[in-house]
Amino acid sequence: MASTGAFRVPIIARESDSSPIADRLDRTWRTPAGILGWLISVDHKSIGKRYLVTAFLFLIMGGIEAAVMRAQLIRPNQTLLSPEAYNQLFTMHGVTMIFLYAMPVLSGFSNYIWPLMLGSRDMAFPRLNAFSYWTFLFAGCFLYASFIVGRAPDAGWFNYVPYTSREYDPGINIDDYALGMILLGVSGTVGAINFIVTLFRTRAPGMSINRVPMMVWGTLTASVGNLFAIPAVSLAFFLLWLDRQFGTHFYDVTGGGQPLLWQHLFWMFGHPWVYAIVLPAMGIVSDALPVFCRRPLVGYTAVALATITTMILGFGVWVHHMFATGLPPLSLSFFSAASMVIVIPSAVAVFAWIATIWTGRPVFTTAFLFFAGFIFVFVVGGVSGFMTAAVPLDWQLTDTYFVVAHIHYVLIGINVFPVVGGIYYWFPKMTGKLLNETLGRWNFWLMFAGFNIGFFPMHIAGLLGMPRRIYTYPDGLGWNTVNLITSLGAYLFAIGVLLFVINVFRSAKFGRVAGPNPWDAPTLEWSTPSPPPPYNFAVIPTIGSRYPLWEDRLEHGPSDSYVDQGYLLNRGRETVGTTALDAEPDVVLEMPGDTSAPLILAIALVALICAALFHAWWGVGVATAVTFVAAVAWLWPEARLGQTKEIARG
Amino acid sequence: MADAAFPPQALPVGSKGRHASGWWGMIALIVTEGALFAYLIFSYFYIASQAHDVWPPGGRPHFWIAVPGTIILIVGSFTARYAERGIERGNKGRMLAGMGVTLVLGIVFLLLQGVEWRDKPFTFTSSAYSSLYFTVTGFHMLHVFIGLLIIIMLMIWTAFDYFGARRHAAASIGAMYWHFVTVVWIAVFCTFYIAPYLG
Repeated sequence: MASTGAFRVPIIARESDSSPIADRLDRTWRTPAGILGWLISVDHKSIGKRYLVTAFLFLIMGGIEAAVMRAQLIRPNQTLLSPEAYNQLFTMHGVTMIFLYAMPVLSGFSNYIWPLMLGSRDMAFPRLNAFSYWTFLFAGCFLYASFIVGRAPDAGWFNYVPYTSREYDPGINIDDYALGMILLGVSGTVGAINFIVTLFRTRAPGMSINRVPMMVWGTLTASVGNLFAIPAVSLAFFLLWLDRQFGTHFYDVTGGGQPLLWQHLFWMFGHPWVYAIVLPAMGIVSDALPVFCRRPLVGYTAVALATITTMILGFGVWVHHMFATGLPPLSLSFFSAASMVIVIPSAVAVFAWIATIWTGRPVFTTAFLFFAGFIFVFVVGGVSGFMTAAVPLDWQLTDTYFVVAHIHYVLIGINVFPVVGGIYYWFPKMTGKLLNETLGRWNFWLMFAGFNIGFFPMHIAGLLGMPRRIYTYPDGLGWNTVNLITSLGAYLFAIGVLLFVINVFRSAKFGRVAGPNPWDAPTLEWSTPSPPPPYNFAVIPTIGSRYPLWEDRLEHGPSDSYVDQGYLLNRGRETVGTTALDAEPDVVLEMPGDTSAPLILAIALVALICAALFHAWWGVGVATAVTFVAAVAWLWPEARLGQTKEIARG
Repeated sequence: MADAAFPPQALPVGSKGRHASGWWGMIALIVTEGALFAYLIFSYFYIASQAHDVWPPGGRPHFWIAVPGTIILIVGSFTARYAERGIERGNKGRMLAGMGVTLVLGIVFLLLQGVEWRDKPFTFTSSAYSSLYFTVTGFHMLHVFIGLLIIIMLMIWTAFDYFGARRHAAASIGAMYWHFVTVVWIAVFCTFYIAPYLG
């Protein structure tokens, strides 16, 4: 195979998506049809959609688990669930929502939208992208497979020792959780690496760092956070597995270990992770809300800096989950103060959104309603968070339903509402069809009302002293009414989610045709057809401002953006690499094609943890060997990618 | 076209040195792997700080094996750099020789670690300290082992004549990983061997 040349002056051209060159690009970038093509595709758009669909399936599973629990708790002394079954349900509900829905759904958005927003033809590492999806899917299936043998994780999503030491929880429940989380950690880590390198390397020429959309800031910040946070939880689970299976003493007091080490490692991960699953969603709002206010976001720089500040502070607050563990007062004061300081960057973002609505001309679409509803719910969740950041109040409220209310206000509020709003916003881009607005109103108001009716009374249940994670409660404690209301609200919320699912299916078939830019939005993804062609852009755009599609209406910098004129790059799968800050053209990136290596590698890894779960050491050996072979095949230097010696041409 | 923001200019094509995406990917991988070792070392110091009895149990570790091992790894980083400089100049022989020496040094390090493991008076399950010792050094040895596999693959690819003076991103990326393994060892060494003498 001929090697690529050392240097090239890329042709700058003006092309549209109907030109013969676009046809050729289409053939270059299109994944072959059929099941095989589906398995080997590295197209960020199909991977993004898979992430979204898979994450929503997990959301529905977690929702069903919640619905069953609320049926159990609707009245005192119910016997629908045994304590053992209840433990598995509330644990898997948390695991599913936090690990298998909240982060992956945001990865789905970012995977789909990033290259389109950044004016690129794919992510920096397309194969890694496919690998990250497959490992997520397999880790999710691995965690859920434990239900088949009736032994799902059962000690809560934060899985405290000594509840989870082998002595007190001898089944495979916790081992399954531990190994599944390590595999999921691999998925999250490679995904984060991909986002970071994509941001720094594949922005369109001219899209300097101060011109990237806010969702990119959110996902970038979350990804950097993940790089530092995920190893803590993977390690915590690995050490726990060693303790359980090999008799080590990391968490075991009798051998000189410390149960609190688990809590430290888990929350050193857990608290930054909370921000990792909300910051990209806040980014969605910062990008999409202004479109429906018909003006740019107020305070772009302040919101970007607030995003980063939140993440950095997020690494210094983990002990606020451990106020009741008997730590020294100095430590409690420090972490309490640090937790309260997070209010400041959060408030910066909230006021920026409010100012955007206030000074704009809002268009009350369903997406707008979800974003506006999000602001309200976020503030309520923020206030209850501020309350529990105060040590004395936390001592009263920890492990009660107040904390359950807080986490749901924060996670449903800052994740689910922006995500559903984001689907209303980008569904036309992904499918070419608009979601139905009438159904959308019902969808929003049912979700919003159901959510507040369901979860607000949980604050009161907590103040009345109802502990979390109890499978039932006796009559006469004054908890009956709040639990009845909570259950009914939760069902109302579920009906709202169901309407959303119906709307998606109905509109995908019968929806109004969207056209390239139905919302008259300013960012690059809206300059492509809906849905975008496999190559995204016939020519790589050149960017002159933050809002390339609003330049005819806004004052902006010295240069204009060109969306239909730029580098052609059509010798195989190519896109342009740019410098990290200024986005000046730096390199022609040769992109890999579709390949089965990521899938094989992911299968090898899930086989490895399956074998490890059952101590089948020969299986671990075989899987490790396959992992090595697949990795070598993947990394084998290719002339087409410009990874080998240049051969003199002539 | 004259009105575009960026006038036509010659750009390097494909994976070239620091232009390669893989170079950036490796930096990110090193950050997260570095965090992993930071959490391992945190676990060590946390458990040490909470210990009631003398720490480390059984007395301070001796240097007879660890110090030569440390020197060997550091020398190995220099030979890896020597090899990389070779391929930067298109000198295949120097690349193979340098990486070959690094490979041997890495293997010697692992053998020394094996001897140290064998000679320890405690086992994996004796105490929290022993669990930490074998886990942290085990993690590091696994990284050395992966580094050696990378070096073997780089030598094979060099022998296949894949790399030249202007195209050797894989070699630079692999060497960067090897340096990381050395630096992490210094942190592990300071934790297990130096810190007990400071307290």
